[in-house]
Amino acid sequence: MDQAIKTTPRIGDRPRPRKNYLNETRGFKSWAFTLDHKRIGIMYLIGVLFSFLLGGIFALLVRLTLLSPTHKIFGQVLLTAEQYNRVFTLHGAIMVFLFIIPAIPASLGNFVLPLMLGAKDVAFPRLNLFSFYLWLTGALMALTAMVFGAVDTGWTFYTPYSTTTDGPVTLMTAAVFVLGFSSIFTGLNFIATVHKLRAPGMGWFDLPLFIWGIYSTAVIQVLATPVLGITLVLLMLERSFGIGIFDPRIGGDPVLFQHFFWFYSHPAVYIMILPGMAIISELIPTFSQKTIFGYRAIAYSSVSLALVSFIVWGHHMFVAGQSQLATVVFSALTFLVAIPSGVKVFNWLGTMYQGNIKLDTPMLYAMSFLVLFAIGGLTGIFLGTLATDVHLTDTYFVVAHFHYVMMGSTVTAFIGGLHYWWPKMTGRMYSEKWGRVGCLLWNVGFNMTFLTQFFLGSKGMPRRYYNYLDQFQPLHAFSTVGSWIIGLGLFITAAYLLASLRKPADAPDNPWNGTTLEWQTSSPPITHNFEEQPVLEREPYDYRPVVAAR
Amino acid sequence: MSTTSVDLHAHGHEAEHAHDPHHQHHFTTMEQQFDTSKIGMWLFLVTEVLLFGGLFVGFGMMQARYPREFVEAHTHLVRWQGALNTVVLLISSYTMVLAVNAAKKGIKSKQVLFLALTIVCACIFLVVKYFEYSHKFEEGWLPAKYYSYKGDSLPACMEKSAGPEAAAAAPTTPPAPCTNGYATFFSFYFMMTGLHGIHILVGIIILTWVLIRANRGEFSSSYYTPVDLVGLYWHLVDMIWIYLFPLYYLIQ
Repeated sequence: MDQAIKTTPRIGDRPRPRKNYLNETRGFKSWAFTLDHKRIGIMYLIGVLFSFLLGGIFALLVRLTLLSPTHKIFGQVLLTAEQYNRVFTLHGAIMVFLFIIPAIPASLGNFVLPLMLGAKDVAFPRLNLFSFYLWLTGALMALTAMVFGAVDTGWTFYTPYSTTTDGPVTLMTAAVFVLGFSSIFTGLNFIATVHKLRAPGMGWFDLPLFIWGIYSTAVIQVLATPVLGITLVLLMLERSFGIGIFDPRIGGDPVLFQHFFWFYSHPAVYIMILPGMAIISELIPTFSQKTIFGYRAIAYSSVSLALVSFIVWGHHMFVAGQSQLATVVFSALTFLVAIPSGVKVFNWLGTMYQGNIKLDTPMLYAMSFLVLFAIGGLTGIFLGTLATDVHLTDTYFVVAHFHYVMMGSTVTAFIGGLHYWWPKMTGRMYSEKWGRVGCLLWNVGFNMTFLTQFFLGSKGMPRRYYNYLDQFQPLHAFSTVGSWIIGLGLFITAAYLLASLRKPADAPDNPWNGTTLEWQTSSPPITHNFEEQPVLEREPYDYRPVVAAR
Repeated sequence: MSTTSVDLHAHGHEAEHAHDPHHQHHFTTMEQQFDTSKIGMWLFLVTEVLLFGGLFVGFGMMQARYPREFVEAHTHLVRWQGALNTVVLLISSYTMVLAVNAAKKGIKSKQVLFLALTIVCACIFLVVKYFEYSHKFEEGWLPAKYYSYKGDSLPACMEKSAGPEAAAAAPTTPPAPCTNGYATFFSFYFMMTGLHGIHILVGIIILTWVLIRANRGEFSSSYYTPVDLVGLYWHLVDMIWIYLFPLYYLIQ
């Protein structure tokens, strides 16, 4: 037992190894051909953050264009209607396919998952590298499509518009196809890793809840993404050869495309949100220093969210000419989503209750998540209810709802997780003071931007429209100012995180007193993760000192 | 979740298999490595099933919309050719099993023989497919807008003559008779058998790769993962054909 205390290191109680995964080998090739999950995770992180920047710039452009109904900034028209359509399509496609789907699993997940399992690597390291290069290929294809005029279909590529409009739609869909396979291989790798590479003594219910979340995500990635793949192939063939499956003039059905598309893309929003929830399930017990409340309930709710996600796709087509029976059934099934979501939120709150809460930056983001996710989740009920949805569908209400879930929840969790594992990944502590400033600006800016859009939507402002009535201008302007505050907050966050890289490594092995295995190794970890194979002896989230447990 | 340490080198399996050149460092034992690879392959096969699954569902929806047209269109397929290909693929599955079995026992000559036979069967399948496709190209049984077969007794297209929108679209579309349903059948036929054919082609390539490695004597009872996984893939490709054959050739 005394031995066990020693292996739970505190600040400075173990000499820092001279060699770690960052400095063991050097040079471009040592990164380009690396099989180390940690390096691949870092490369993914750089890639997704760059995509986030690009998608964010497009978002700021969209908001700036909508500042006034004349679209004029200093007397000049900022974007024409056609340019506006392209810019919001690029914003959506980049944020969804390049940023948010790979963001948490492929970057943070890749880095942390094997460490949490006490494994040396993921199950298939070469496949892991391959999936990164697939992502890179897809990203370059998407960028090429942007250079050659960009697409104006929206990120959903709805037929018949997508099969008739000009622009490199085929190249863009091919890019998404490739990105889809990158996502499949990541998911496949993680499932195999969780099944076979757990540390000795680690049963399924000893897994950190982050793993349960990532595992559920991986199941969706493997099961849903192939359907997107075949849908995009059909779309490409439709454009190139006119196979007519989505073309009513030769016997096809455009709504069939929507069914296919949402059969993937609805589960895909759970590919986006489940990893966010997974991070929150780590942050809340760690910064409350209290055993997670309802471990099994949270674990099962992740899996059940993954399963429910497959049977609700029809709620995207309430007004698309789907049969009334199907509409009612999909509406009823949609309400099921509330159950596991509620289970999670109440268990997180139960964990915080009477906990020893420390308001460090990651915890601030976790608590922001709880508020923003509650708003995002509750407004989802308005959209799942048929009578209200007919009024709200295709308005800014929908835009606000999914930004609360995707951005307010997933991105908030992603930034929180980035701060949480930043010392582990880089070996550096960031400025706590600026971290709090960044989090404050993020919250203020986000709510200004998107809470406003609920009002816009319920007053009837349609989404995607370039023009709007003068009466909407005050709300649009308020929303645009909010987007600048988000931008400022993220700029500050990027600045202090990058600044932390310039100073010498100062992070302790376990700065937050976490209990999961990634905190048992050095910061940054050595190439093979652990000096000795860790063996699990205690339940997860047991924050009691070992001596007291005796 | 505190930890204690276990010396890896004291682990029995580690020492036992340390000599195997195929053993990757992040697995404790060869068994664990084999099981993991197998899980990976099964998951990949699941994605394949879903890839084809989308097309099967699409086919089903269109068949429900055009039941009469689909039955009529399917008479253009040559049933004995489809049946021949089914038999060929079933035989290839059998030879594949024998090849895996030989690899498990480490018998090199049998591995090479049965892998070669499997490849031969795959090639026969593609040759038959070539004759089927070229016949359809000649007769004009092609997807959607390329559908140019003149022999059907097609009804006039109701949808196209109705409404001002259809009238505006009329110059760009061919006039009656209406090929709706017939063309859709062949869109799906070429899509699904084409995608399956690509899988056969990929199968031939990886079977050849495994054949070369088997010929070098790389596989033994302690390491035959590639043969086993290629076998799994090949069985799936066969199985998809087992579903495609009745779907297209035996509609009633």
